[in-house]
Amino acid sequence: MAEKRVDQATGTETVGHEWDGIEELDTPMPRWWLWTLYATIVWGVVYTIAYPAWPMLSDATSGMLGWSSRGQLQQELDAQAQRRAPITQALANTPIEQVSANPQLMQAAVEGGRAAFKVHCVQCHGSGAAGSKGYPNLNDDEWLWGGDLKTIEYTIAHGIRNPDHEATRFSQMPAFGRDGILQAAQIADVTAYVRTLSGAQKPDAAARRGGQLFAENCAVCHGAEGKGDRTVGAPDLTDAIWLYGGDPASITATIANSRYGVMPRWNEKLDPATIRMLAAYVHSLGGGEAMPVDQTAQAAVPADGAKADVHP
Amino acid sequence: MSIPEEPRPALYEKRKAVYPKAVDGPFRRFKWAVMVVALAIYYITPWLRWDRGAYAPDQAVLVDLANRRFYMFAIEIWPHEFYYVAGLLVMAGIGLFLVTSAVGRAWCGYACPQTVWTDLYQHVERFIDGDRNAQVRLAKAPWGPAKIARRLAKWSVWLLIAVATGGAWIFYFADAPTLARDFLAGDAAPVAYATVGVLTLTTFVLGGFMREQVCIYMCPWPRIQTAMLDEKSLIVTYKDWRGEPRSRGIKKADDTHLPTGDCIDCLQCVAVCPTGIDIREGPQIGCITCALCIDACDKVMAQIDRPRGLIDYCTIEDAEREKKGAAPRPLLKTLLRPRTIIYFVVWAGIGIAMLFMLGARDRIGISALQDRNPVYVRLADGTIRNNYTIKIRNMEARPRTVEIGLAGLPGAVLWSEGGTRETARQTVRVAADADSVAKVRIFVAAGTEGEQRTPIHFTVRALDADGGTSSDDAQFERPEATP
Repeated sequence: MAEKRVDQATGTETVGHEWDGIEELDTPMPRWWLWTLYATIVWGVVYTIAYPAWPMLSDATSGMLGWSSRGQLQQELDAQAQRRAPITQALANTPIEQVSANPQLMQAAVEGGRAAFKVHCVQCHGSGAAGSKGYPNLNDDEWLWGGDLKTIEYTIAHGIRNPDHEATRFSQMPAFGRDGILQAAQIADVTAYVRTLSGAQKPDAAARRGGQLFAENCAVCHGAEGKGDRTVGAPDLTDAIWLYGGDPASITATIANSRYGVMPRWNEKLDPATIRMLAAYVHSLGGGEAMPVDQTAQAAVPADGAKADVHP
Repeated sequence: MSIPEEPRPALYEKRKAVYPKAVDGPFRRFKWAVMVVALAIYYITPWLRWDRGAYAPDQAVLVDLANRRFYMFAIEIWPHEFYYVAGLLVMAGIGLFLVTSAVGRAWCGYACPQTVWTDLYQHVERFIDGDRNAQVRLAKAPWGPAKIARRLAKWSVWLLIAVATGGAWIFYFADAPTLARDFLAGDAAPVAYATVGVLTLTTFVLGGFMREQVCIYMCPWPRIQTAMLDEKSLIVTYKDWRGEPRSRGIKKADDTHLPTGDCIDCLQCVAVCPTGIDIREGPQIGCITCALCIDACDKVMAQIDRPRGLIDYCTIEDAEREKKGAAPRPLLKTLLRPRTIIYFVVWAGIGIAMLFMLGARDRIGISALQDRNPVYVRLADGTIRNNYTIKIRNMEARPRTVEIGLAGLPGAVLWSEGGTRETARQTVRVAADADSVAKVRIFVAAGTEGEQRTPIHFTVRALDADGGTSSDDAQFERPEATP
């Protein structure tokens, strides 16, 4: 280490280090700078007394101000809930057909539904509501039970094929093969016919035989033209959407063993406002249908209570 | 070399009190003018009005953080145009390079807020306490009623200025008349009071007490400027070749008949210096080149019948020339040299480019974002639907009707939320609110035939007479061809 020396130009002593001829002057700090250092020390001590800081054996000091990050979070959540209260209140009191008339309320409902969907619905319907085999895609324009706001709300509230619930949506397709109603060859014929309905294959002899069987066994629910019936949740067989697959093997399996898709009812778990928001969100995904005219007229009468306004 | 007798220098230095003496002269008057203009700009600007119609604020300069808009007279900046603000900052930087390389630390000496407010505070100080000598006497006097009264008076006026300074700042961020009413009524946002409080405190402390300490110890700018000065930059120079050797008074010089310089060691240059330095020791970090010592010295030179300019703006290069007896270069030649010209050209170039871009920029914009979950939806009739979130930026201060169209996807139809497939057409009309972003969900349906991933373009066209279009790229996706 080089000797400390006094720099000629400034009259200041150097710190004594020297790097390739470069030296550092030992310029004194201003006194007030020292005070700011003491002030930060005082601040630090006061801070650790006022706020949670010092680690103890199993915990930490809680601070004299009683602040905690969880407490702050709760405060913020409460503030948000309070801010949202009028909208939640309005949604709880407004029948869904009147919600759609108020764009602001509708938008709030859609956004609220988007959040609730992520919690309660994605397990089956997927995070984008695109569904999968056996779980309907809610983005498309095909609805088993109907796609207007009110119908969707009812489906969410009461579920589908819920045991022990009177108001649930219910229907049961016979297991034509398993129950011995149709023979394997007949099922193959019906499969061929069903595939011609949507244009998946050309009519042939098997399809013609199947057409006869369809009229006798299937048309009662799916309609003479295979267009389905929403009152019993019978799917339209003429379109491009297949919940359980539209290939011959899948259709054969469906006819032989039937399908029994179950959706839980949500009116026992969620409040009416949340169900309404979910309905609004599902309706907004792109396939939502307009309310039938007579239902809209009926809806003008304010409903009393949360459940009374839900009709099939 | 060792100096053993020298006492060990202290780790910390006691502050040397500075009581700058009042002075008059051309530079002092110029400094007054700069101060008046700078303070006027600062206090008056938020109160200027600028009519932008019914849909935009009428404040000429407004940084509307809540709504993310920046208004400056006829210019309105949206967040996505923030590069204009960055451009302004670049211009400010290069402007400082230009000023510094030409006239040294002129920013420090005249325009820096620290200098302007310190100057204002010192003026108040002289008004209440008297000039330098009276201030020194008062500082040494024991605390008594008179001293307390004077201190209270001074600090009160300082505090008033500080509150006004902090108060003016917040008016740049909200409608000034409304905020002023709310602020006085106690209804303004807490952040407004906090901002005023913090700026009041900093103004009071930095202008009243810290003063030259800010320049010498706290500010990084003097260090940076030191690197930007060169031997052709104007700096305040004590012409030692003319002043030395100093005489203690003109009479003494005459009596001794020894060769003496022009400096009579009257210390006026030190007395007036706001940072308390002795300029005769040469260029130093404490010199903010406010030129008050030039005024002070010129006055003394006039009294002792010597030419002015013993302390003067002078480049290091000219100092060398003058030492050798040569004439200094003309001022214009000093100022106009490649370095300053290049700085100026770059500075002006950025400014002109920004003005040109501001004049030519579109006031309508579109951005399209495809839904990624699900990427596509198969519809009942077998066609494929993709969903998009379209944002229309209507940057005009009036509502407009715009039409969203689609190119690159033959046979496609589009509809917006609320519409239906049945009513879908080739375009969608959207009412875009004034000066805001309209967000629409757009559904696009097209047949299964085509590339799995088709590039498409959304276009937006304003339907009023002024027109204007914009477009954004997106893609339409289909499922893999089914076997």
